[in-house]
Amino acid sequence: MKQLGFLLLLSGCGIVIAAIRLLHGGALSGFILAGFAVEVLGLALFARAHLPVSEDNG
Amino acid sequence: MTANSADSYQLSSALCLVFILLVPFAIAGLALINTGLGRSRSAAHAMTSALCVICVAVVVYFVCGFAIQGYRPTIILGGAHVLLPTGFFLRGLAWESPISLLSLTGLFSVALSSLIPVGAAADRWRLGAACVSTIFLAGVTFPLFACFAWHARVALLNFGSVGFIDAGGSGVIQATGGLTALSLAWLLGPRRGKYSPNGMPAAIPAHNGVFVLFGCMLAWIGWLGLNSAGAILYTGLQPEKSVLVALNTTFSAAAAALAAAAVTRVRFRRPDASLIANGWMAGLVASSAGCATLKPATAILTGLVVGVLVVLSVEWLEFGLKVDDPCGSVSVPAMGGIWGLLAAGVFSGDADQFMAQLVGVATLIGFILPITYGLNWLLGRVIPHRVSADGERQGMDLHELGADAYPEFVVHADEFTQR
Repeated sequence: MKQLGFLLLLSGCGIVIAAIRLLHGGALSGFILAGFAVEVLGLALFARAHLPVSEDNG
Repeated sequence: MTANSADSYQLSSALCLVFILLVPFAIAGLALINTGLGRSRSAAHAMTSALCVICVAVVVYFVCGFAIQGYRPTIILGGAHVLLPTGFFLRGLAWESPISLLSLTGLFSVALSSLIPVGAAADRWRLGAACVSTIFLAGVTFPLFACFAWHARVALLNFGSVGFIDAGGSGVIQATGGLTALSLAWLLGPRRGKYSPNGMPAAIPAHNGVFVLFGCMLAWIGWLGLNSAGAILYTGLQPEKSVLVALNTTFSAAAAALAAAAVTRVRFRRPDASLIANGWMAGLVASSAGCATLKPATAILTGLVVGVLVVLSVEWLEFGLKVDDPCGSVSVPAMGGIWGLLAAGVFSGDADQFMAQLVGVATLIGFILPITYGLNWLLGRVIPHRVSADGERQGMDLHELGADAYPEFVVHADEFTQR
């Protein structure tokens, strides 16, 4: 899960940078928002992977 | 250049230099806050770590940081600028030019940024590891993002014709340091005794609230200088308009501290001193990005939002994500910095400006965070970040420095921690 989150973070940033370089107008905003959403998903996974396993949860 | 314009230029440079020379107050304030919020048995270690990472940061910035931050793309291959750093060791810098002011601002900024991770890793981060980790911050992550955000010719973060705004370094200084702090808090894990076996956090109180609150006052002076200098150098603000910057900075901090006091009063039935201090600092941090473009009313709104956000963020990190951050070094700089960047876009009233700010935030989360996490993870394979369990029990002062900060007092009982 940690590796997946890490890759999603990088992928989201890649989408944003590629959109800035290649797109214009409405598509640019859409792809920036999509890239940011991918980053948020990656950050959530990455943070979850760092949660310690408590005794209650086994 | 006419005589009048030459005089005006010299006056602006002198005023800017005075603003820059106030920034070390922010550094001293943050070091005091980090020390006060930590344990008494690690107080001398916290101050020593602060001094050492500042030393490392300024030397590394001198060697390569400024060159990476201010590179001049001189080779064009296939239509693309190839990164070709010049100016290592500040070579070729004209001391009478505005570039020399940029180098001094960058030097103090990187010193401020390097202190942030020390707070998140307090009471368990080895001094040697802290110094080596600072090499990565001052030599890689800080100058890279500063280059993206502050270097006009790079324009990586531009949205169409609209540029990314970060006058006082909400993103470059604060969020970069805060995300490094988050990486280190994850890599180090919580302090011994912070969480019970069933995952409930113990309250480990600050050892000196007066240090913390006095640090906030010092930081205020430093931030007035930092934001004013940044606004002049990075947004082209006329020096005579720096009154607006000072007003915005103060309004945002005051509103944030009041919001934090109100939220803690409602949630815990009494105002919490350390969270009010965190609120004040978060207000300063959030004011930085838009200090030259916000209106006083929107600066107050920015502060009110961040004051509430920082209290909720501290709780969420501690209870929800189990991140042990003794000094609020993730919530204040990272959360406050990111909100400050977004607020500069939201309150500009221009959708394109908001998108430019969002691109900057996306670069911080998707590029700077993985780089800083990866570098510190690699460092941990070579030099252990964390002190031994015995050292943590003994206290960082005795274990790493061989002497306590307060040798006359016996304050080493573990009465506040869960066993």
